[in-house]
Amino acid sequence: MTTNATEHIGQPNEKAGGVFEKIARSEAFRSEVHESVFKDDAVLEIKNFRLWYGQKQALHSISMPVPRGKVTALIGPSGCGKSTLLRSVNRLNDLVDSVRIEGDMALNGDSIYDAGVDVIELRKRIGMVFQKPNPFPMSIYENVVYSLRIDGERDKRVLDEVCEKSLRGASLWDEVKDRLQESALAMSGGQQQRLCIARAIAAEPEVLLLDEPCSALDPIATGRIEDLIEELKGSYSVLIVTHNMQQASRASDYCAFMYLGRLIEYGATDTIFLAPRLRETEDYVTGRFG
Amino acid sequence: MSPAIERAGASPAPKKPVQKRERRERRSTSLLAHGEPFVWLAGGAMATCLFMILGLLALIVYQGGATFWPSDVPTIALRNGLAVAGEVNATESYRPEAGAYTRLPEGARAQAQAYVARQDGESERRMVRVGNYEYTGVHYQWVSDFEIASTQLDPWMTVIERLARGTASGRFYGVPVAYEFDGKVQAEGSAAAWAAFVAEHPRSVARHERAEELSTHEVGAVNAQLEASRLEVRAVELREGTDTPAHLAAKRVGVERDRVLEQRFLEIGQQIAALRAENAKHLLVLETADGTRAKMQLADIVRAYQPNGLSALGKLRVYLSRWWEFLTGEPREANSEGGVWPAIFGTVVMTLLMSLAVVPFGVLAALYLREYAKPGFLVSTVRIAVNNLAGVPSIVFGVFGLGFFCYIFGASIDELLYAERLPNPTFGKGGVLWASLTLALLTLPVVIVATEEALAAVPGSMREGSYACGATKWQTIQRIVLPRAMPGIMTGMILAIARGAGEVAPLMLVGAVKIAPELAVDGTFPFLHPERSFMHLGFHIYDLGFQSPNSEAAKPMVYTTTLMLILLIVLLNVAAIYVRNRLRRRYTAGPI
Ligand SMILES: Nc1ncnc2c1ncn2[C@@H]1O[C@H](COP(=O)(O)OP(=O)(O)OP(=O)(O)O)[C@@H](O)[C@H]1O
Ligand SMILES: [Mg+2]
Repeated sequence: MTTNATEHIGQPNEKAGGVFEKIARSEAFRSEVHESVFKDDAVLEIKNFRLWYGQKQALHSISMPVPRGKVTALIGPSGCGKSTLLRSVNRLNDLVDSVRIEGDMALNGDSIYDAGVDVIELRKRIGMVFQKPNPFPMSIYENVVYSLRIDGERDKRVLDEVCEKSLRGASLWDEVKDRLQESALAMSGGQQQRLCIARAIAAEPEVLLLDEPCSALDPIATGRIEDLIEELKGSYSVLIVTHNMQQASRASDYCAFMYLGRLIEYGATDTIFLAPRLRETEDYVTGRFG
Repeated sequence: MSPAIERAGASPAPKKPVQKRERRERRSTSLLAHGEPFVWLAGGAMATCLFMILGLLALIVYQGGATFWPSDVPTIALRNGLAVAGEVNATESYRPEAGAYTRLPEGARAQAQAYVARQDGESERRMVRVGNYEYTGVHYQWVSDFEIASTQLDPWMTVIERLARGTASGRFYGVPVAYEFDGKVQAEGSAAAWAAFVAEHPRSVARHERAEELSTHEVGAVNAQLEASRLEVRAVELREGTDTPAHLAAKRVGVERDRVLEQRFLEIGQQIAALRAENAKHLLVLETADGTRAKMQLADIVRAYQPNGLSALGKLRVYLSRWWEFLTGEPREANSEGGVWPAIFGTVVMTLLMSLAVVPFGVLAALYLREYAKPGFLVSTVRIAVNNLAGVPSIVFGVFGLGFFCYIFGASIDELLYAERLPNPTFGKGGVLWASLTLALLTLPVVIVATEEALAAVPGSMREGSYACGATKWQTIQRIVLPRAMPGIMTGMILAIARGAGEVAPLMLVGAVKIAPELAVDGTFPFLHPERSFMHLGFHIYDLGFQSPNSEAAKPMVYTTTLMLILLIVLLNVAAIYVRNRLRRRYTAGPI
C-alpha cells in the first residue's frame, strides 16, 4: 500500500461535490481512491504520474494501483487522458516527440521510467490492443507469433503451440484454424480485433492494456470480446478503457473515473456504479453528465 | 448542483434566428457553374493525347509487323529494253522533270510525255528493291509508270537473302537455272536446280556453321590460352623484374606452351579450310531479270523462296521464319538484316542489373529520409535535390558515368586487379555494369520518391502495434513497414524500368556498341562478364536509322526494333505489375 493513497482512507465525504470547480480553479484536490483497491496485490503501480504534450498538461498527478489478476476499467469523457495513461504504461508515448513526463510507474516493482530501463524488454512484458484493429500485413499465423519471431524463436513446435493456445485464448481458433496461412487483412473487423488480442496474449504479458477494444465492433462481436475478457481474468491483469458504462460494469472488477487528466474516483466496480462517493462520478456513470 | 453539471444539464437558451445571407438573383445557373465546358475541355485533351499515343503505336505495330511479310517480286520490262525485278517498297506520285525522259529510247519519249501530260504532268513511280548489288551497283531504283513496257510475275523468280561476300551484298533476285557441283553441271532447268538446292542447302549451312564455330570459339579459346600464357609471363615480369632468372624461366615455359598452342591453331585452320573448300564446290546458278548469270555458294544463302508462287501458308512460313531469325539471330549485313537477339539480351541484362542496383539504393535512401532523419531544413534540401536530379538531361549522366565509373572507378579496378592486361582496359572502359550503374543513378529519384510515398502511406497504427509487441525500430521497418510498402516500391521500380530501358543517350558513352562480339552472360567462366560492352535495342534503333550504309534497307528494321523495344518494356512492366499485384493482395487486402 502506498502512503499517498492511505491518506484518503477515513475521509468519507458523503456524496461530496465541487471537484470540477476545484479543477476549473486549478486548485489542488485529492483523488477519491477507495480502500478496496488496495486489498489485492498490485501488478502495476502508478505513482504521481504527470504528462505534458508540449506545453499542455494531459495527465495531472495520477496515482493508482492496478490489482493483479483483475480487470480494471478506465472511464471518463472523451479527451480526459485515458488513452494517454494507457500508452504511458508501455511507453508508447516515447514515440511522440513533444511528450514530457514526470513521476513514475512500477511494473511488478520494477520502475518503468528509470533511466536504465530497456523499453523494448519492458514492452514485451505488456500487451496492448488498440481501438482500431491493427493486424500486420502478414498471415494470421505470423501475426499471432509476431512477438516470438522478433525474439528470434525458430522452433516450429513452439510457434505452433503458442499460436494455437493464443488463438484459443482469444476464442478465434475454431474460425481460423484452417486458414492460418491466409492474410490477416482478409478477416472481418471483429476477427481482426480478436486476432490482435491473441497477438497480445501470445507473449504472456504481465499486464494487458485494452484501449476501447470494442468501439469498432457490432454488439455480437462486442459480446464475444467481453466474454473473452471474462475468461482472461485471473490469468491476466487487464487495464481496459471503455466508453460503454454497461461494459464497464459487466466486465470489470475495478473502475477508475477520469476527468480532464485527473483521476477523480477509483474503487470496486460495484461501488463506483451503485454507491460512488462523489456526485460527479454518480452523474457520469448514470449518464446525466456530458 | 455544481455549475459544471448545471451547465451540461440545463436546457439550452432560446436561439436567435439565424441571419441568412441575401441570395443574388439569377435567371439561370451560369455556364461556368454547370461545368460542362470543362468536361468537354478535359475530355478533348484526353482524347488528343490518346489519339497521338495510339497513332504512334499503330504506326509502329503496322510497319513493324508488315516488314517481314514476303511480298511479290514483279519482273518489270522497261521501254529502254532493260528489265528489273524486285520487291516494291513504296509508291508515290511526282512531277517528272524534262530530263526524266532521256533514259527512254527516242521513239518512246513523245508517247511518255503525252501520257504524263494527260495526268496533269504527274506520274506514279515506285521504289523497287532491285538488289543484285554486285551487278547493278544500287540496292533500290525508282521506276516511273511511263518507263514500264510490261510487268509480269515469274513463278520461279527467287528472293535470296544472303551473307555478304566481297561486293556481293544485300538481297538477290533471280531465277535458278542450273546447279553445279565441283565445276560440273548437275542439274539444269529451274525445277531440277531448285530441287538440288533444297536437298543440299542444309548440309552446306551446317558446314558453314561448323567452320564459323571453329573460327570463333575454338580459335578464340586458343587465342585466350595464348593471351593467358603471355599474361602469366608478364605477371612474373612485373613481380620479379625484367630478365631476372624467374622471368627467363617463365619465358622459356611460355615459349614451349605457345608452340603447342600454335600447332593446335594450325590444325583448326586446316579444318576450316577443308570445310570452306567443300562448300565452294556447291553452286547455284541464277539468272537475273536482265539476263546476267550469277553463281552463288549455297552456304552464302540464308533464305531463298519464290514469293510469286507462294501460297498464303507458305508466305506465313517465311514470315515466321524471319521473325524467328529476328528474335534469336545475330545481326548481319551491317545490322540491316538478321536478328537483334544480342540487343534484346543486352537490354534485358542491363535493365535487370540497373534494377538490382537502383532498388536497394533508392529504398535505403528513402528509408533514411523518411524513417530516421529528423525532418528539417537539411532533409527538405536533400529531397528537393533528389527531385531535381530527375530533371538533369540524361546525357549528363552519361558523361558523369564515363568520367566516374569508367575512368576513375574502372581504371582503379584495372590497376589493382588487371595490371598485366594494361594498357588494354578491362573495367576502365564502357561496359554493361557501368551502363547499368549510370542508369541506376538516372532512375534513382523515381525510386526514392515512390518509396518515400509508400513508406508514408503505411498506417501509424501498424507501427504502433509492432512497437507495442516489443519490436525495435529496425524490426518494425523490416517486418511491417517494408512488406506493407513493397507494392509502392514496386511501382517505383516499374517506373524506373520504363524510364531506364528506353534511355539511349547516356548509353552511347558508357558501353552500348553497334556490334558486340560476345554477350555479357555466356558459358565461359565467370559466366557474367559485367565489363563487356553490349548491344541495346534503343541504341540499335539509332544505329539502324542514322548510321547504316544501306539506310533504305535498314528502315523497316527500325520499326521492328522499335516494336521489339516497346514489347520488351511492356513485358518487363507486366512482370513487375504481376508481382506487385500479388504483393498488394497479400499485404493490403481486406475489409475497410
Ligand atoms: N499526440 C498528441 N499530441 C498532442 N496532444 C495530444 C496527443 N494525443 C492526445 N493529446 C491530447 O491529450 C488529451 C488526452 O487525449 P487522450 O487521447 O488520452 O484522450 P482519451 O481519454 O483517450 O479520449 P477518447 O475517449 O476520445 O479516446 C486530449 O486533450 C488530446 O487532445
Ligand atoms: Mg482514447
